[in-house]
This record gives sequence, C-alpha cells and structure tokens, in this order.
Amino acid sequence: MEWSCRCPLAMTRECSRLLPRVCAALADPRQPGSDDTSLEKLLDWFRELKALDPTMQLLQDNPCLTEFITSVLALPEPSPSILSFTLRLAGILASSETRFQHLQQENLLLRLFGRNGPLSSAAWEDASVRSGWVEGVRSMMDHHPALHFLCSGGGIDVIFTLQGDPSLFVASAASQLLVDMLTLSVEPETATPLSTKDCDWPACARMIIKRIEDSLQSSSASHIEQSLKLLTTLFGRCTAPWTVALWLGMAEKIESLLTEETVQAQHMLANLLLNVAWSPLFCDTEGSFWALVTSALERLTPVQVGPLAVGLLKLYKCPQDVKIQALTVLLQPMDCILRAASQPLEYAGLLDESVSDPIAVESLLSSKSTCATVLCQTLAHLEELLSLICLPVDLPCTSLLRSLMTILQFCNGFLRPASPLGSTISRILINCFRVQRSALDVLAALSEQRSCDMLIENLFDVLLAYLESPNTSPTVLKKTFQATSKWLVRLQELSCSNSQQQQTEKILEDVFLVLQKRLCSPCWEVRDSSLEFLTVLIKHLRDQDEFRQSLLSSEVPRLTESLLEDPESYVRASAVTAVGHLAFITYFAPESPAEGNQYNKENTVAKLQEILSTDPEGFPRRAVISIFTKWLRQGCTGQLEDTEQFVSRVVQTVEHDLDWEVRLGGLELVQVFCTQTICQLSLPKCPYAPVSSAVTSSIHQDESLQIFCRAKLFSFLFRSLCDCDKPVGQRACNILLGLSNSFYPISTLQVSQGTEESPVEHGIAWLERTLKQGSLAQNFPTDGGNGVDFQDPESMMLALGTIDFIELCYELSKSSDYVEKSPESLLQDILATAGAIEENEADCY
Amino acid sequence: MASSRAGWWWDCKSHEALGGLRAEQEGGERDIPVNRAELSMKLYCLSGHPTLPCNVLKFKSTTIMLDCGLDMTSTLNFLPLPLVQSPRLSKLPGWVLKDGSTFLDKELKECSGHVFVDSVPEFCLPETELLDLSTVDVILISNYHCMMALPYITEYTRFTGTVYATEPTVQIGRLLMEELVNCIERVPKDQSAFMWKNKEVQRLLPAPLKDAVEVSMWRKCYTMPEVNAALSKIQMVGYSQKIELFGAVQVTPLSSGYALGSSNWIIQSHYEKVSYVSGSSLLTTHPQPMDQASLKNSDVLILTGLTQIPTANPDGMVGEFCSNLAMTVRNGGNVLVPCYPSGVIYDLLECLYQYIDSAGLSNVPFYFISPVANSSLEFSQIFAEWLCHNKQTKVYLPEPPFPHAELIQTNKLKHYPSIHGDFSNDFKQPCVVFTGHPSLRFGDVVHFMELWGKSSLNTVIFTEPDFSYLDALAPYQPLAMKCVYCPIDTRLNFIQVSKLLKEVQPLHVVCPEQYTQPPPTQSHRTDLMIDCQPPPMSYRRAEVLTLPYKRRYEKIEIMPELADSLVPLEIKPGISLATVTAVLHTKDNKHVLQLPPKPLQPPASKKRKRVSDDVPECKPLKPLLSGSIPVDQFVQMLEKHGFSDVKVEDTAKGHIVLLQEAETLIQIEEDSTHIICDNDEPLRVKLRDLVLKFLQKF
Repeated sequence: MEWSCRCPLAMTRECSRLLPRVCAALADPRQPGSDDTSLEKLLDWFRELKALDPTMQLLQDNPCLTEFITSVLALPEPSPSILSFTLRLAGILASSETRFQHLQQENLLLRLFGRNGPLSSAAWEDASVRSGWVEGVRSMMDHHPALHFLCSGGGIDVIFTLQGDPSLFVASAASQLLVDMLTLSVEPETATPLSTKDCDWPACARMIIKRIEDSLQSSSASHIEQSLKLLTTLFGRCTAPWTVALWLGMAEKIESLLTEETVQAQHMLANLLLNVAWSPLFCDTEGSFWALVTSALERLTPVQVGPLAVGLLKLYKCPQDVKIQALTVLLQPMDCILRAASQPLEYAGLLDESVSDPIAVESLLSSKSTCATVLCQTLAHLEELLSLICLPVDLPCTSLLRSLMTILQFCNGFLRPASPLGSTISRILINCFRVQRSALDVLAALSEQRSCDMLIENLFDVLLAYLESPNTSPTVLKKTFQATSKWLVRLQELSCSNSQQQQTEKILEDVFLVLQKRLCSPCWEVRDSSLEFLTVLIKHLRDQDEFRQSLLSSEVPRLTESLLEDPESYVRASAVTAVGHLAFITYFAPESPAEGNQYNKENTVAKLQEILSTDPEGFPRRAVISIFTKWLRQGCTGQLEDTEQFVSRVVQTVEHDLDWEVRLGGLELVQVFCTQTICQLSLPKCPYAPVSSAVTSSIHQDESLQIFCRAKLFSFLFRSLCDCDKPVGQRACNILLGLSNSFYPISTLQVSQGTEESPVEHGIAWLERTLKQGSLAQNFPTDGGNGVDFQDPESMMLALGTIDFIELCYELSKSSDYVEKSPESLLQDILATAGAIEENEADCY
Repeated sequence: MASSRAGWWWDCKSHEALGGLRAEQEGGERDIPVNRAELSMKLYCLSGHPTLPCNVLKFKSTTIMLDCGLDMTSTLNFLPLPLVQSPRLSKLPGWVLKDGSTFLDKELKECSGHVFVDSVPEFCLPETELLDLSTVDVILISNYHCMMALPYITEYTRFTGTVYATEPTVQIGRLLMEELVNCIERVPKDQSAFMWKNKEVQRLLPAPLKDAVEVSMWRKCYTMPEVNAALSKIQMVGYSQKIELFGAVQVTPLSSGYALGSSNWIIQSHYEKVSYVSGSSLLTTHPQPMDQASLKNSDVLILTGLTQIPTANPDGMVGEFCSNLAMTVRNGGNVLVPCYPSGVIYDLLECLYQYIDSAGLSNVPFYFISPVANSSLEFSQIFAEWLCHNKQTKVYLPEPPFPHAELIQTNKLKHYPSIHGDFSNDFKQPCVVFTGHPSLRFGDVVHFMELWGKSSLNTVIFTEPDFSYLDALAPYQPLAMKCVYCPIDTRLNFIQVSKLLKEVQPLHVVCPEQYTQPPPTQSHRTDLMIDCQPPPMSYRRAEVLTLPYKRRYEKIEIMPELADSLVPLEIKPGISLATVTAVLHTKDNKHVLQLPPKPLQPPASKKRKRVSDDVPECKPLKPLLSGSIPVDQFVQMLEKHGFSDVKVEDTAKGHIVLLQEAETLIQIEEDSTHIICDNDEPLRVKLRDLVLKFLQKF
C-alpha cells in the first residue's frame, strides 16, 4: 500500500535545522529542563533513527550531538535528568560499531561510562542517573567492542553491584544487562559456536559466570536471589546450545539450594526450573534435570510449587512420570479437602499417594492466614489446566468435582465435617467469597469434561443452594449463574442421550423458580446477572423442548419484559438483550408455542424502538441496536414488518444518536442489510468479489440501489464519514468501499471521468471536497445543499464511482495526533519551552 | 502515704487481710476491711432468653436490674384470638387423653396434630423468687423490646426503686405495651384454662405443652393502668449522661445502634467497670451508631442480645423480602407481614420506598394496621437527636428523616388503628399489609391469616426473628398461602462480636449459655459461638453467678490537714510508708479520713460521761512490719531454736510450716502470716518473735 512506505520518523531537513538549537537548549544549565516525556520521546526517535541507519551519517550530519555530550560533560553540576538523558543518548548512538568507534575517539564514552565519569560523582546518588547509565550500556551492548570496553574498564563490578540497587528499575535493568552481556560474550565473533561440552568460556563470560557461581554459594540470600533471577531470565530468553553447558555447571549448586533449608531462596527456584524445562535444549537431557525437578516438586510448598507444576503440565516434552507428579502436587490441597470432609472409608480421596508431606498441606489449610490463599491459587491453576484444549494428563474429574462441591459446601456452612481438620477448614472457609468465586470458576471449566456426570444431581443441589441463598453475594451469584449455565447445557446433552428427562425438568423448574425471585431482587447487580444468565441459557438451549417448555411455563418471560422499564440502565440493557433473545422462542420460532400468544410481539418491538429513540442512557440503546442487527442477521425482521421500512426507521433513529457506539451499531445494521439485499438480488455474496455477469447484474444493481436510497442509508453513511468518532467514520467508509466495489467492479471504475461536469457531478465534486476536508475536520455540513440528493440513485451511483474511498480510508486510519506526533513537532515543543525562558529573559533586561 | 495494699498481720485467729488501713475508731484499734459481701460481684439471672434478658447485678452496695424482657414465646401454645368469630377455630375438636378422659377438652383444642390451650394467652415472666425484688435499687433498660415485663416487676412485686431509660425507649415501649394490651383486651375471652397447668396433668400432655417450663408462673397480660404506673417510675436519660447511684457507682447509657434510643450501659466505680451490652448493631440503619470506644477497659462485660439468626445476613434478607413481595403482588396475590409497630418496619418501608418504582409496584397499596400505627410513624420522625447522622441532617433541611412520610403523603402507605372502620372502606387487593402481632396469636394479623390463608396466591412473610415461624403457623394449618421466612435481625453476629471483643478487650465476658456453643440444629457451626480468651462465663435461667472479678480497691479521701501530718519513711527506693491515725467517716459510700480529735482532758467532775461524749481514745500504735519470710531460713531458725520436727508444705498461696509435736501450724502467705496454736500463748509469742526477726519495723 502506498502509505506503508512513508516514513514519518526520518531525519528531515527541518529536523536537522532544529536539532542544534534543541541540543543547545538542553545543554544550557539555565534552562529548567524539558519534561521527562519530551526527553523520552526524543530518545524514542533516536532509537528509530538508529535502526534506520547504522552508519556514521547521523553523527556526521549532526555534529551538534557530540557537541551536546561534550558540553554536558563540561558542566560542573549537570541536572540528573539531563545527565541521565545524555547517558542513554550516548548508548543509543554507540549501538553501532562505527559510531561507537567515533565516540571512543572523541573520548566521550570513557568519560560517560568509565570509572571517572558520573559513576564517581555526587550525581550517582540519583537513581535516574544510575538508570541512565545502565540503559546506556544496555543500548550499546550490540557489538563486541562495547563488551570489551566495559569488561576492561571494570564495568562488570558496577553492574553486579547495581543488581542490588534500592531502585527496582535499576536493579532489574542491571540484571537484564548482565544477561545481554553474557549472551553477547558467548556469541562468537567468529562463526564457530561454542559446543555444549567445551566449557572454554570467553573471558567476559567467564567473569560473569564466576560471579554467578560465587553468589550462589554465598550465604547472602539477596545475592542468591539476584543470581537466580539472572539465570531465570537467561534461560527464559536464550536457547543457544551453550546454555546447556552453563546449566550443567550450575545444576549442582541449584540442587544444593533446594536441599539446604537455611537459605530461603526456594521460591525463586520454581521459576528457574520452569524456564529451564521450557528450553527446547533440555528435551533429551538424561534424567538428572528431571530428577531435580522431581525433587523440587517434593520439597517446595504448594504455594511455591504451583506455577512450576502447571508449567510442567503444559510442557509436551515433560516425562509422563514428572507430569503425574506435578498433577499430584496440584491436587494435594483438593485431596486434603476431600479427606477432611468425609468419613475415613467414605471416599478414597483424590490421590493414591502424596508427593510432598501431606501434613504440610494440612497445616497450610488449617491456618486462617494461608488456607484461602492456597485454595485460591490451587483453583486458579486447575482452571488454567482445564482451559487447555487438550489435557496433558488424565484428571480424576469425579473426585475433583466432589472436592469442589465440598469446598462450596464448606463455604456456605452446609456441610457437616467428619474430622477435626474438616471443622477447622470449614470454620475458616465459611462466607469466604474469594474461595467461592475461584471454586465456581473451576466448576464451570469442569463442565467441559465428560467424566463427571455421575454427580450431576448432587452438583445441582449445591448450585441451587447458592442460587437460592440470600447470603450469596452478588459477585458469587454471578459466578454461580455462569457455572449453572454451563452445567445446564451439559445436563441437556445428557438428557438427550440417556433420557433423564424428569430429572432435567425438575432442575429446570427449580432454576426458573429461583431466577424468577432473583429477577425481582432489589439489588440491581443481581437483576442484571440474572438477565445475563437467562440470555446465555436461551442462546445455548433454545432448541431444546424441555428448556422452552420450562421457560415458557414460568413467570420469567413476563418478568423479563417488565425489566425493560427498570430504573437502572445496565439492567434495562440486559433486559433488552434477554427480551431480544427470548423473541427467538416467543415470536420468531416457527412452531411458536401456544403460551407464546400471551406475548404481544408488536408491543415488545415498539417498546424496544422507544428505548432506542428515547432512553437517556447509552447502554440500553446500544443493546437495542445490537438486538435489531441480530434479528436482521437471522432473518427475523421480515416477520415483523417490511424489512426495508424497519431498517429505514432504525437508521433514522440512530443517525443523530449522541452515543458513537449506537451509531456504529447502526452502521453494522446497515452493512448486514446491504449484504442481505445484494445477495437476495443475486449479486455475489461477497461484495468484494467480482461480478460474474455485468449485464444481468445491472438490473439488480438498480433495484438494490433504489432500496438503499429509499431506506435513506446513503445520507447516514456519508454523514458518518465525517463523524467526530473515528471508528464510525472508518466503518462507514468500509461499507461504502464495499458498495463501491459491488457496483463498480474494478474494470468499470471511474467511468465518468473525463466527461463534462453535469449538475449532479458538480454536487459530487462538492461532496468529495467536503469529505476530504470533513474527514479531517470532522464536520459535515448540515444544510445538505450543494445539489447532493442522497436519495437519488443516480447521484449515489456517481458518488460511489467517483469518490476514492481507499484514500479516504487511509486518511481516516491516521490517528488524530498525526500532525502533533512528528519529530518536528517534538523538537519545536522543546524549543518553545526554552524560548519561553528566552523571552522572559529579554523582558527582564 | 498510706498504702492500702502492703501490710502484715498475724494473729491466732484468721481475719480479712485485704486492706492495710488502720484507723482509730470508736476507741479501738481496727483494721477496716471491705465488707466481704461487697468484694465480689454477683449476677442473678432471672431470664434464660438471650435476647430478652433480665439480670440483676449486685455491685458494691447497689442492686441493679439489667433489663426486664418478657418471653412471649409462651403464647405460641395458645389458640389465636380472632377479631371476628372464626368458625374454623370454634369448631376445633377438644383434646382427649389417651385413656379417653375428656376433662381437658374445654381447655385444650387440637388442630392439625398440634394441641393448643384455648384461653387468653399468657406470658412467661422472669424469675421473681431468686432474690427479693424489693432490694433492687434501679432498673436499667437497654431498648424497648427489653422492657416488656416492666409492669410485672414494678406493679406485682415490692420493687420501690427507679427505672432508667432513654426517651424513645419509653415512648416506643409504651406503644408496644399499649398495642399488646389493646390486642388482648379487645377480644375478651370468657374462659380461663388452668387445669392443664397441674403438674400431674401437664406431664400427660403432648409436646411442646408437656415441656413448657414453669407454667405456674405464666401470667395474663397486664392492664393499661399497670402500664401507666410502671412507666411513671421511669426516669429519662440521655446518651453519655452520668447517673450517680448512692455515691457508690455511676451508670451511663451509650448508644447501641440497634433501635431508636437503644442503649448499652456502663456501670462503674472508681476502680471497677462493668459494661452491659444488650441488643447492639453495627449496621448503618436508622439509629445512632454504636458507641464502642466507651466499652474499652471493662473488667467485666455482660453480653446479651446478639442476633437470633446468625446465619442470615440482614441485607440478603431484605433482598429476599422485596423479591418475594414483588413476586406475590405481580401474580395478583396479597402479602402479609406480621411485625411489631416499630423498629425494622421503618427500614423495610424505607427499602420499599426505593424499590417499589423499580419493581413496578407503585400502584399497590401498603397498609400498616396497629392501634399505635399513627403514633409510631410520627414518633419516628421527631426523635431526630437519636437518629443516625444522615437522618439527623435531613431534619435541618428541613425534611422528614424517614421517607415513609412521603409514602403516606402520596397515599402509597396508609395506616389504620384496626381493620374496623376506615380500613374496610379503603381496602383494595392485591395489597401489602403490615400488622401485628408476630406471634400470630392476637392482633389484626389473625384476621388476615384467616382471610388469606386459603389462597396460594397470597404470601405471609415473617421478618421478626422472635418466633419460630413454623410454630406461629401451627394453628392455621392446613394453609394454602405461601410462607416465606426472612428474619431481619440487625443485632451483632458472632464475627462482629469477635471483632468487638478484640477491640474492647474486657477482662472477663459473661453471656447466656446459648452463646457458648453452636446452635443445636447446626452443631458443626463452631463459628456461631463466642470465641474469646479467657473463655466466657455463661449463665442460664435461675442461676446466680459470682462474677470472676474481685474488688480490690476502695477510694478513700484524706483530709489535707491529715496529709500534712504524715511522715513517710522510705523502706526501699521509691517506696515510702507512713502510719496514719485517723477517723474514717463513711457517708453515701464516700470515705474520708479525718484528723482524730484531740484527746480530751479527764473530766473535771466525776459525772459519768454521756455516750455522745464518748470520743475515740487514742492508744499507742503497734509498729507496722514489712518484708517477706524466706522459708528455708525460717526453718533453720526454728531448728536452731529447738524445733526438731519441722515440716514444710507448699500451698497455692505460700507455705505451711508444721511443728508436729507442738501441734502448731504457721501459715505463710504473700500478704499474711498466721500462727495457729491451741492455747499455748508462750509458744505463740516465741514463734511470733522468730517471725518478726525477718521483718522490718517502722
């Protein structure tokens, strides 16, 4: 495309002209200093320039840059922000080897990054200067001369020290920098790669590795943590073969960290092991690595080990026995719950054996401070696991479901625990909303599994208890609705297959009874989630006879319609959506049941149209337009009235809506209508496809164009091009582009060009001009004059053929700050700030 | 200065060893002990009902009754009192004993398998035999629900004291009593049942009549003159007002946040503080918020009146109430809400005020029927100073604090004294009726139960937690109307109590025994009991508790002249002692030490002195002693002095040194030493001197 070649960030002549003044202003100590955002933007620009051109040209063309660095270095006390900026700028400039050499020759790099630079000045106390130093070094760490420069100057010591910097930004950047340096140092200057067995590390790598090894063996927890963090980043980022050699050298020390309880670094080990495991290089490693992983699974606490276990389970190459262990670790708290709640011989629990000490899990679950955390984390991991398309291991779904039900029953106090541990856990969990929410999430995810159907009746007892209880909080209720809808879908599937109709009917009856009550709740969140629940049910189950009968024989449809007048706009919006879906059963179903007669179709549609035109809030209006589009898409509107009239009325209503999402919804409706009309009139289904027969289609073209004009679509579409909200303009442009392509296949495009301008063409020329200005100025003239008749098929045909909608799309795709975002603008901003000072100075004298 | 703690006594006779005070009084040298009976605090528990308490606290020299709640659950054993003739109730068969005896068939009627007493309902009074109620000095009332037994105490016993309560408590309490009396008196019952109360007969009856406690104590309702007489004994108080009781203790009401004018009470002396926490709430409903800070540093906290439905969150229940109400009315049914004329009804009306429009119920009439409906609605609007902050600020706008004023103005809420008169003209269905009594045994509610009970379109929604709804409904069975139980109890739940106790940190907690174990129907819910350290001390009806706290100090003022005359002697760094010779004046529980009068010159005449001239005679003082006796060294000393058979036993408080041969016992404790020997004065003196060698004199 044309616009992809335009580079807005290049160093233009204007920029080159402005840059020296900007550098002078920045280096002037009397200036108050530009704001950090401007400096950051300036650095971003230099990064872009660096990427565009690695040669010396930038420095040669703009000597002001080196002069700037020199003058900052000459300042007795540069401000920390300018010094930090200079360090980072120098780093960016030195990222190419040629520019690096040039700056070296100027002796600038040593003065900036060497021992006697800011490092030894008072400015080093400022975290922004340290950060600038690290960022500068990181930027230049793209070539070996920079690496040698740093290693020979003792920079590595500085960086290792900065790993423990009080500023987390500096510490993190230092750690990342070490990873970069190690990676760069091992990457050969020559072509021969370092083999896994050959541990003859280059000097710089040797220094870094030695430091890491020493730290791992030290007694300082912070040093150990820093090194583990570094290794974790390294193995997460780098998959070069030499990392295997590195690991082999470190594995023993890592193992000792796992076994030594004196050093509290276990929590860092899980992430490291996970990253190592995920590295493709460790695919064929003999058992030692997996033995270490197994050992970690055994030794770490459930809280520490959870992410590792989930990560391993997602790993295809992980040995099956390790996966089973990881799953066992994850399931341990669930197993503990099950055992705590049941009589010794009642259920066998989830697991045949534990990986780690079951007493440790029990003590975590019986402590008030850790119980909910452990359970929530475990449940989150299980949900993550269940959301995978293909489960890596067999989950004991039935026992898991039983355990989840137990947790939920503990939480509402309905379960009488059979053991002292159960009593303790129950006491902690009663009314614990966090755990309830997490358990319900897993419950919903578990509905996809096909092996827990045995307990479905008991499960609905638990869910209904939650739905019915006045103590269920609105957020927990919402989750319960979500889980219930999923399991109701499952129940229907079962009901079809094993004819458990009576059970299903009873459950549905209970659900609608409680839904009826919830729809009358004084809490709007409850009414809202009840309506959402109903919508979901209808979406999934509207074809099921049992469902339809239960729904229509309940009070729910009537109550739902009454909520169209709810005082809360969110509820009205949900009611609109629910009523819209309900209509598929009550009005639009071919075999509309007898009970459906009680619902007055016209009244409901009139009510929705009234909401669309008069509701003071946007949400209900958005919901109405979305439902109308859905109805149109499903071909239901024809049952209401003439679709053309329906669309026309809706379009005229939404055209002036103040909410851009409603207008956008209106355009979607228009798009569906256009597509359907063109298809119905035998034009190709896809408006972008070439037309097969120009002769036959031209008749249909006329007809469809007349329909669109009668429905007053073009006025809406063209006005939308100048909409003050960009997505509306873009959507309208896309629709018009589609129509243009439909009516003007590429071969026939711009047929009218070159002919003498008729009055119609004059109007279109005006329209074109207006749109070009208007799409930027977002201002479409409201008088509608200048000879453009949006209901005239001829004019519109001409407009579709004349106006360059592709160009218009490009214009509209530009962000609104297109002009302001350019480098010139940035440089001028910086100068303007400085200029203001100069003017003030002049005033003073 | 005089220390009231340090000191040593020894004697052949045991005596109180609490005060170190010595004073010359009426010519004799005496220790002035604090009266033993006054040392401990006692709690007489006259009611076993945790939310309708009636306890008596004996503290210092005062006897304070804390609340006098009336347990009305006894009325559930009676047949309802219909306002108009009920063919259904009058046709109920009489109850016949298993052996075919029919002598009770006039008194007891059978309805759907339950047996009811066909008589005027009777109430179970607090215990009146546990202590002489004429000794009760004051009654402190915490809220209007907890004063319903007041006429039985003031008019049926020899009580002569004062009753303290806040103004809203008195006014709304009067309304509740008035409604109660009115509801019962307007349906006169010519029959009075008493045979069934005979113990021999009672044990033949079916449950729950068989198990009803102390039926002989059950009484008919009091009368309006008795109510008026009882209320005339009440002195109104305001929050934080300090009331002196005989100079001995000070009582102060604090806002408890539960109802209009509801209070907790602080009962304190100079050195002791007892908090009485009755129905309290931390929810932001209409009353002033609970004052928790003032409960801090209590020695004893008596905790009653927690929520009766700890598993029901009031917010959820209000939601349930509204949902069921809306569902019923939308289906064309009527809603009956049996309730008290004050309290939760204000919150329900406020909630409905916000809800009815959204639920499309704007055209449904709400009726509030009670003999005191009008007064209750009006009173609530004028007690501005007792309301929560939000409602108080409305008063200054000026707007009525409760929105039910607007409901009345817009005719959405109508109130009537009874179903007779205007109500029958205005009555439209479907409607919502709020009326009493929640027991469903008397009041206008009985009429609506009979009227609407047959249709499943109608719903009765129970919001008051005081009565089991199943028991309340028993005489109306079989019943077609729907029943919904939404008990709304805003009083503290166990989580809130636990937080409160952690914050207030009383030394000891005393509570009804029901709060020390999980509810019987949910024995696994160990979270539904009070959990504190040390564990709470529990009581049940008719028990007398000695509270686990002993008074140790008494404040005594010392006159400046006397203080001037003291010569302190430093016995160890920072501790000085002085002997005081003074006259102790005690009046209105205030103790003052004054200079002793100067010794009189011997009378010039030989005329016999008059008793009134008999002033205390000063005798030379015995020295005071201090220090401790090291037992090992004391034993060595004894052995040195020829006592060969010395045996030492450790006791909880110290040691006992036994001289077996001499049959003598030396009891050495922290604050006293006793030498007990039979009629061997020389031996006692010898041993005393040996003890004295270890002590300092001054």
